[in-house]
Amino acid sequence: MIEIKNVSYAIGGAKILQDINTVIPKGSVTALIGPNGAGKSSLLNLIGRIEPLQTGTIDVDGQNVTTSHSGRLARTMAFLGQHTAVASRLRVSELVAFGRWPHCHGRPGPEDHEKVADAIAQFSLRGLADRFLDELSGGQAQRAHLAMTFAQDTPWVLLDEPLNNLDMAHSRILMRKLSDLRDAGKSVVIVVHDLNQAAAWADHLVAMKHGRVVVSGAPDEVLTPDWLSALYDTEVQVLRYADRPLVLSHV
Amino acid sequence: MSDTVIAPSQTQRRFPLWRNPILWLFLLLILSCAMWLFQGISGNYDFILMLRAKKLGALICVGAAVAVSTVIFQTVSANRILTPSIMGFDALYVMMQTLLVASLGVAGFAALASAPKFLLETGLMTGLALALFGTLLHRGARDIARMILTGVILGTLFRAGSGLLARLMDPNAYATVQSVSFANFARAQTDVLSIAAVVTALALAAAIWLGPRLDVLALGRERAISLGLPHARIVILALVLVAILVSVSTALVGPVAFFGLIVAGLAHMISNHMTGGARHRVLLPVSALVAITILVVGQTVFERLLGQQATLSVVIEFAGGLFFLWLLLKGKIR
Repeated sequence: MIEIKNVSYAIGGAKILQDINTVIPKGSVTALIGPNGAGKSSLLNLIGRIEPLQTGTIDVDGQNVTTSHSGRLARTMAFLGQHTAVASRLRVSELVAFGRWPHCHGRPGPEDHEKVADAIAQFSLRGLADRFLDELSGGQAQRAHLAMTFAQDTPWVLLDEPLNNLDMAHSRILMRKLSDLRDAGKSVVIVVHDLNQAAAWADHLVAMKHGRVVVSGAPDEVLTPDWLSALYDTEVQVLRYADRPLVLSHV
Repeated sequence: MSDTVIAPSQTQRRFPLWRNPILWLFLLLILSCAMWLFQGISGNYDFILMLRAKKLGALICVGAAVAVSTVIFQTVSANRILTPSIMGFDALYVMMQTLLVASLGVAGFAALASAPKFLLETGLMTGLALALFGTLLHRGARDIARMILTGVILGTLFRAGSGLLARLMDPNAYATVQSVSFANFARAQTDVLSIAAVVTALALAAAIWLGPRLDVLALGRERAISLGLPHARIVILALVLVAILVSVSTALVGPVAFFGLIVAGLAHMISNHMTGGARHRVLLPVSALVAITILVVGQTVFERLLGQQATLSVVIEFAGGLFFLWLLLKGKIR
């Protein structure tokens, strides 16, 4: 599990996160939801130790993200953020192979090749494996980065808005893969804006606003008209479909 | 696109020996070195060979140092238009040397043995470069326009600083400083050659070790950290290597502004073309070999064929300046 204790975070004078205390359960798909600027991405960045913590502590499976060896953390969690621009000219297969770096440090063995080939196949990138990243569409590049993150093969997977650039079909495929990961005993944390994706696939929701956790719990507890209307400052209706909440906010 | 099955080997690209650019460039380099050493040799063989070998050693050190420092710097700053020279690294070295002469006096400066003097300068240079550029690069240097501007300002500041000091000191001291203030391949400072060669060799070995880590670094700060690379430490180590290598080349022949830019550009082109990628384990040796070959061949042509009518540094700077403009105009800044 991920334990977040007394975490506050400020950039310049702006308070991004204020006194966050929450626990993200192991073996589940957790979605961070909330309006723009709620601090979801900042929280995920802090968990993924991309930015250093200012106050408070975060432990992932008992490993403190500030003091633990970064190489070992890279075998515990894989992080995919929103800044995926790569400076060097790489082929898709090379990018995905970098996902094995924490395990092989540039000297891949048979198992590494297998995991890479598997990740490429899973994200239907076989036909694109020899293409350069700058020759791909936004959605294809996003899939290549996701494949790299999967190739890292870690107990925890942290994804910041992974559905960006993906079409309906690939969005559903990705969410299904994430729930497959959960079924295989792994844990997933995603930042997601589409509440219906969260309703359909997540087990645990953490709703944030103005840098604080407003409410957290199972989708049925969080995705209610009252909570959502308060969260987004707009009227939201919630229906039920296939025994899951269905959020209506567009009309 | 056909949905072909991926062979495991495809994820780690191997290329046949004849496509290995390092091999070809190495052969070319051997040829040009032989030409440099033995062309038109007559009379006192030992003396001439010794003289030429010393110069060759200096050219090899300078070429390798300029090329490797530029490639590393471009990877760390995540763009292909900046070089340590454009950022004012060698101007910093010249200013520091001027400061040393000004504070110790010519006699004091000359009294220092060349090896400790060189090590002292390199050490100071590394500390200063880290203090100045470490903070600038730590966040991944996303704002390239600001980086270039900072470099131009720092470079001007350092040059003006050494200019001011030079005006304050007496002509004798000034003459001591002047020898390092302008690039001159024909009169390389061979007195520091042996220590420079050792330092360069150590720095190059460190650079080769750093190679795969630089590949990860090139994925961007976020991805590098999530893959467990100690990002801040690698950036600092890379900057230390850059500072050391710039010290070597500046001490030997003086500042060369645009040479690194050409060489790094060529190295990227060659390794992309021949190996279909830009791995640093290929890129670093290729850039060094290209740089040394250009220097050795160029110096042979200018010294033997043109009889010192023109100087290599001017031609290299001219070509490099044009290349820099071309990069700017083509919008290749990233």
